[in-house]
Amino acid sequence: MSGPPEFWTVADTAQRIASGEITAGRLVDTMLSRIANVDRELGAYLATDGDGARRDATEIDRRRKDNVALGPLAGVPIVLKDNLVTKGLATTAGSKILQGWIPPYDATVVEKLRAAGALILGKANLDEFGMGSSTERSAYKKTRNPWDTSRVPGGSSGGSAAAVAAGLAAASLGTDTGGSIRQPAAFCGVVGLKPTYGRVSRWGVIAFASSLDQVGPLTRTVKDAALVLQVIAGHDPRDSTSLDAPVPSFAAAATGDVKGMKIGLPKEYFEGSIDADVRAALDRTIKALQDKGATTVEVSLPHTKLALPAYYVVAPAEASSNLARYDGIRFGKRADATDLIDVYRKSRGAGFGPEVKRRIMLGTHALRSGYYDAYYKKAQQIRALIKRDFDEAFTKVDVMLTPTTPTAAFRFNAKATPYDMYLGDIFTLACNLAGLPGMSVPCGLTADGLPIGAQLLGRPLDEVSLIRAGSAIEAAVGLGDRRPAGIGGI
Amino acid sequence: MTELAQLLDDWEPVIGLEIHVQLATATKIFSASATTFGAPPNSLTDPLVMGMPGTLPVFNRAVLELALRLGVATGSQIRAKSRFARKHYFYPDLPKGYQISQFDEPLCENGHLDLILGGTVKRVKLQRIHLEEDAGKNTHVGAVSHVDLNRAGVPLVEVVTAPELTSSEEAAEFMRSLHRLVRWIDVSEADMEKGQLRCDANVSVRLRGEDRLGTRTELKNINSFKFVQNAIDHEIARQLLLIDGGGRVERETRLWDATLGSSAPMRSKEEINDYRYFPDPDLPPLVVDGPTMANVLRSLPELPAARFERYQRLQKLTADDARTMVGDRALADYFDAASKAHPGESGRTIANWILTELLGALNAEGKHISQSTMPPQRLAALVVLVESGVISGKIGKEVFEESYRSGEEPISIVERRGVQQISDETLLTAIVEGVVSRNAKQAAEYQSGKDGLFGFFVGQVMKETQGRANPVMATEILKKRLGR
Repeated sequence: MSGPPEFWTVADTAQRIASGEITAGRLVDTMLSRIANVDRELGAYLATDGDGARRDATEIDRRRKDNVALGPLAGVPIVLKDNLVTKGLATTAGSKILQGWIPPYDATVVEKLRAAGALILGKANLDEFGMGSSTERSAYKKTRNPWDTSRVPGGSSGGSAAAVAAGLAAASLGTDTGGSIRQPAAFCGVVGLKPTYGRVSRWGVIAFASSLDQVGPLTRTVKDAALVLQVIAGHDPRDSTSLDAPVPSFAAAATGDVKGMKIGLPKEYFEGSIDADVRAALDRTIKALQDKGATTVEVSLPHTKLALPAYYVVAPAEASSNLARYDGIRFGKRADATDLIDVYRKSRGAGFGPEVKRRIMLGTHALRSGYYDAYYKKAQQIRALIKRDFDEAFTKVDVMLTPTTPTAAFRFNAKATPYDMYLGDIFTLACNLAGLPGMSVPCGLTADGLPIGAQLLGRPLDEVSLIRAGSAIEAAVGLGDRRPAGIGGI
Repeated sequence: MTELAQLLDDWEPVIGLEIHVQLATATKIFSASATTFGAPPNSLTDPLVMGMPGTLPVFNRAVLELALRLGVATGSQIRAKSRFARKHYFYPDLPKGYQISQFDEPLCENGHLDLILGGTVKRVKLQRIHLEEDAGKNTHVGAVSHVDLNRAGVPLVEVVTAPELTSSEEAAEFMRSLHRLVRWIDVSEADMEKGQLRCDANVSVRLRGEDRLGTRTELKNINSFKFVQNAIDHEIARQLLLIDGGGRVERETRLWDATLGSSAPMRSKEEINDYRYFPDPDLPPLVVDGPTMANVLRSLPELPAARFERYQRLQKLTADDARTMVGDRALADYFDAASKAHPGESGRTIANWILTELLGALNAEGKHISQSTMPPQRLAALVVLVESGVISGKIGKEVFEESYRSGEEPISIVERRGVQQISDETLLTAIVEGVVSRNAKQAAEYQSGKDGLFGFFVGQVMKETQGRANPVMATEILKKRLGR
């Protein structure tokens, strides 16, 4: 792939840096200047780290000159969702309550990216603590969809998706608790991969819901997602939920070869109200996969409709617990107060936004003594049923294909109630509840020119099949060279 | 007090204890920070201990082994798969806003601890022993509060008894027994001044014969054997006098003030937290595997209560001596080693030598039994010399003193000093003969009824032999010769 450096793929960039076609220093300057030009309007970045990126670029250029081996992502410009902890670089999780906190350590994924030579350009906007589907819940700024700036980029990894779509980074890391990588990827026309729960370390990931959170890449191609996943995947002794499983070669799976692959079409995901353009794009995707030699089979996941209620018990319950540490005592903002209770009340009252407070209250209620069995425990039982649905379906098929979202990107303030917003996530939640890998791949545009995402769901630890099927979709019905014209077009 | 004593005729106190014991690991339960006591404030911290965003707990397996030792030593049922749960409350010394503890799936349940009360053993049921992390410490200086997180994340077990202790004495004895046990099995140093063993007590009273428990109060901060006893006595009296005066005991938490010798309410029932327990999603179930369990079983020493019985039954120690001996593992081990080195079955004699001579000498120097320079084998050899009549008991004490001081073997001292006891009948008869004939006047007086003179003759024989005459034989021969 050619085109301007801002839109080079991860694979391409690493190769060009290694060959000396461009220096890391020049690439960083190019990227920073595009961010300076474009991001004022786009709002994808919460902060850039020009000094850090230039310093790392200089180091890469020095290593190349000295013939020292370069890492697999050497010189690749990356932006991190701002709930990933970065040493010495402010990390806010999109919340006022963490304003001013400079972490003393790096998340494992950040360490791994740095070790691979990635250039970290800055931190991307998000819904506060990952709670939202439009990035409108960021306490700091609005992020626009580069395909149509009157629309949201999705969320909660909206800044990450918008930055990658608009050529403000070659790749990004997001986090996905109920669709927060896949949904913004679908809205912004990029690839978003949520790995199997436990595939990627959560050390240094600011927790939203611990049993659901997972870090993954947002990139412009399926192969790029595979390359980034390769670097960040693997067992981490610092995360007790991290899986000690071998990491296969992901990029090698991006062949587009789906001959003989069995692809399940869960009927519950095609029954509800789905936008006609989305449905049509999915039909084209199914046809394309069949043309490439895959067989498609209708399967059933009968407990699908319970995913939303179960999710909105488990996720807020865990969130209410995980967010208890933000008390204004050790880090972040402490309100002026007269006594201890007042410190808590005012610091948390001023520091958390309304959606975060709503979920803390929901979760606190769900965990009340005497309600635990009715809520949290029941929700965990539903999780087991949802997982069993998938286990059973995966005895018949290799992957499943669904729409990522019922509609393409919506306009700002389009969702009248929180519940309306939650309903937009019905296709992505079950994947997290079951701990499965999932990926959103662009599969066309609506009549209005908005990207549409196809979601692939796989067996635990079988990201390889997602990458195989994803690369086939990308080749057949992907966006090709089409880029967002809405903003800073090149 | 009379009034109180009368009330106690009708009312029965019921006490349950919750005791926190710090496990003796080098590092914290979920992070690699050290657990050293007395370090500068907040020096034993890291991002996890500070509760920083993004940090995750990793269980320190050394904690499991120690907790299992206590579980096995108390005959508890060990859960093959237990769970950590989060217990939520807001306090500045609790960095995460929750404490990682265990709730409905604790590591140990239904154990017991045997108390030695007088010469008998009372078995107290333990409802559970669970793992948890300690909180930090708040100190208040005027209008300012300081938080020290050095203790945050230190591994603890919480031992919860059934409500079946019936007096403050029993409660204090329970605490002493647990204190001894955890030290005995190397689970904790249990230094109470360092907060390594801390006690809360639930106290209620009920009419004797009643099955149901009365309303209980929880007493916090009773961290010495004496405070436990005082605080519980005080609380029993408070409740009884309250009831007697027509009042009702309220469910509340009370804080014991040792200086004032009284307690004051800390939290009422309404203020008691809803801890919102749920399984910690950051930690997988805690699995006890076969090899870990085998290792615990293999390395656990014989326990104090078992030794207390053995010492009485097999070694024939008095209850008092047996209790003293099991008061300290090092002492009991010394006794066992000395007994083993002794060819016969002279437990009682060996115990006497240890408790009188050895501890006497050690105490004089302010030393603990573990610092003894006299090995148990050497003490046993000395006992053998005395028992077999090679030296007298009196000489034995001198030999002990010298051996304790110089480290020389008792037999070598005896030979060098030539202090072997004379037990040769012919020789002793000749010596007696000489003494009697040289003191014919006194012999006549004795024979005519002056009994007090017998001691004079014994003294003469001892003088003649420099104290080496076998006293029993000398007495017998003298009696025969003097004809009375």
